[in-house]
Amino acid sequence: MPLLEVKDLTVRVEDNEILHGLSLTVNKGEVHAIMGPNGSGKSTLSHVIAGKPDYEVTGGEILFNGEDLLEMDPDERAAKGVFLAFQYPVEIPGVATMTFLRTALNAQRKARGESELLTPAFLKKAYEVADRLNVPRDMLKRGVNVGFSGGEKKRNEILQMALFEPSLCILDEMDSGLDIDALRVAADGVNALRSPDRAMVVITHYQRLLNYVVPDFVHVMSKGRVVKSGGKELALELEASGYTQFEDAA
Amino acid sequence: MNVVVAKTETGRALSDAFAVARGRLPGTGQVADRRRQAFEAYERLGLPHRRIEEWKYTDLRALMREAFSLAAEPDPATLERAGEAVRPHTIDGMRRLVLVDGVFAPNLSQTDGLDHGLRIRTLQGVLEGADSAIQAQLFTPENSDAMVALNSAMATDGVVIEIADGAVLKEPLHVLHIASTATPAAMFTRSLLRLGNNAGVTLVESFVAADGVKAYQVHDSLIVSIGDGSRLDHVRLIEDGRDAFNIASAMVTLGAHAHFNFFNMTSGASVSRYQATIACAGEGSRVETNGVNLLNGRQHADTTLLLDHAVPNCASREVFRAVVDDRAHSVFQGRIIVRPDAQKTDAKMMTRALLLSDEAEADNKPELEIFADDVTCGHGATTGALDDSLLFYLRARGLSEKEAQALLIQAFVGEAIESIANDTLRDLAVSTALRWLEART
Repeated sequence: MPLLEVKDLTVRVEDNEILHGLSLTVNKGEVHAIMGPNGSGKSTLSHVIAGKPDYEVTGGEILFNGEDLLEMDPDERAAKGVFLAFQYPVEIPGVATMTFLRTALNAQRKARGESELLTPAFLKKAYEVADRLNVPRDMLKRGVNVGFSGGEKKRNEILQMALFEPSLCILDEMDSGLDIDALRVAADGVNALRSPDRAMVVITHYQRLLNYVVPDFVHVMSKGRVVKSGGKELALELEASGYTQFEDAA
Repeated sequence: MNVVVAKTETGRALSDAFAVARGRLPGTGQVADRRRQAFEAYERLGLPHRRIEEWKYTDLRALMREAFSLAAEPDPATLERAGEAVRPHTIDGMRRLVLVDGVFAPNLSQTDGLDHGLRIRTLQGVLEGADSAIQAQLFTPENSDAMVALNSAMATDGVVIEIADGAVLKEPLHVLHIASTATPAAMFTRSLLRLGNNAGVTLVESFVAADGVKAYQVHDSLIVSIGDGSRLDHVRLIEDGRDAFNIASAMVTLGAHAHFNFFNMTSGASVSRYQATIACAGEGSRVETNGVNLLNGRQHADTTLLLDHAVPNCASREVFRAVVDDRAHSVFQGRIIVRPDAQKTDAKMMTRALLLSDEAEADNKPELEIFADDVTCGHGATTGALDDSLLFYLRARGLSEKEAQALLIQAFVGEAIESIANDTLRDLAVSTALRWLEART
């Protein structure tokens, strides 16, 4: 059974249809890249999978391990193993990162019927993950993303990914706003999480990221559909020829 | 323009209450004269209503349907009921002073082994005694506000606390007001705290009801003077029953280099109002006032502060947070006066309200009156709902809607709660907020 199956999905926001019959199948252990020009619907797809309100699914379905994902609340999806690394992680003043991480991890564990981690066990795990990803422990004491640089915010997303151990990671434009050094650090973090039990969907506008996180499959989106799929060489082809050909095709 | 408003039923009932209670009110001679003058002022003013600017959002003529008569002196059954409420409201490590239905209850209070430099008397004792200086201080508030005047006329009991020069008390004082009346009644209390020079204390006031007590009305006032170089940490916790009224006034005066750190949390009472005048009368004094309202149902809570900067080089900070659910109504009025001599004043006020329902209401009214030219003054106010993008982020990380809201609300009130210096009291405020959040459906 595929981990994620998106079948003929149509989605609208207010009066605009953004996705017009999108299909995508992702199996465990695979890394998929979704590329496409601005406005092609890449971020909409990631938001709909994570369960963001404001989107109306008018047709098609999304199955996650064979279960109807669209029937679940965002928190149920998280507990089942769906993780969206946000393009723009929000700042939450007054909520210490550590408190947030513990509350979130325990909420997920509780939803899965697992015991909650007590503070000492949690701290051990959190520090271990932070050290592994070169996240300063001091960052964990600050308000969630408050005053973090672009690179720190993305690292905080990857830290959460490592801590929550989801089976599906969707990385929405994780290269946006990062310089090349910060990108390399973030990509190393992502690569360390590649595993046969986990799939990743990397959404990006530029080929650059895919030099660091090398995908198994590349899909090109245009005007709310996947218009071409191929191997990693497709990304290089796009780099050379641009998206214009697909915009005409779609 | 003078607006003459016909006296309401409630206003009349309060007039009658004075006539009936007069014989029971402590003090003769000058004290009785001052009561009479105060009562005449109340009679002229009548219950505050929306056309009086300071009471614009808290129209007692509309909110106070009836005035209860003065609570009877607590009988053994009343004291027993109150006694049962003492334990759950006792704060470890603090000296407890209990008022039951507005009357000091020695058997429920801890009056033995007072720290050196600490003196505690009852209002009744002071007004019936011969210490005319402190009697005069107890009647310093002007009769210009109707509810202060009514309190001056009717004050039955309270605590009079004096702290000598140089005495820095380790043990906080906890004045616990317990409503224990079997029938609807009103309580009128007045307390005084006088800190000498270079002294320090933490004062907690909490207002609660004994089990099964329904409607009652609290009329309280507190007069505070903080001597030069002294520090007062003052925490108020309004946890009255859901049918109760709590109308309280405070007049605080700071000497030179004095420090006043204040925190108020209102989660109880049906209608409550806290009005305080805080005067920086000595150079280099510092004031921090912080408030949190946690309201639901049809609760109405009003905080009205007047910060009076009369001398140079003083600083004040006001932080106020309101969380308003259902059809509740939160009011914050903050007025800052910087008088012509008060150069180098640094006064800031920030108030934020979080509306959790479409029918919740919050009114913020900042007023700055600045008559000096070399000052830093600022205010800000926001009102809004929880941010959807923050809620989605938290939910995408596994928090349920309720958990996500609770975490954001905790963060919202956290900034005000953080200001409490005493660890026990800060934890208490946090757990009160958590209890309130857990009770949300």
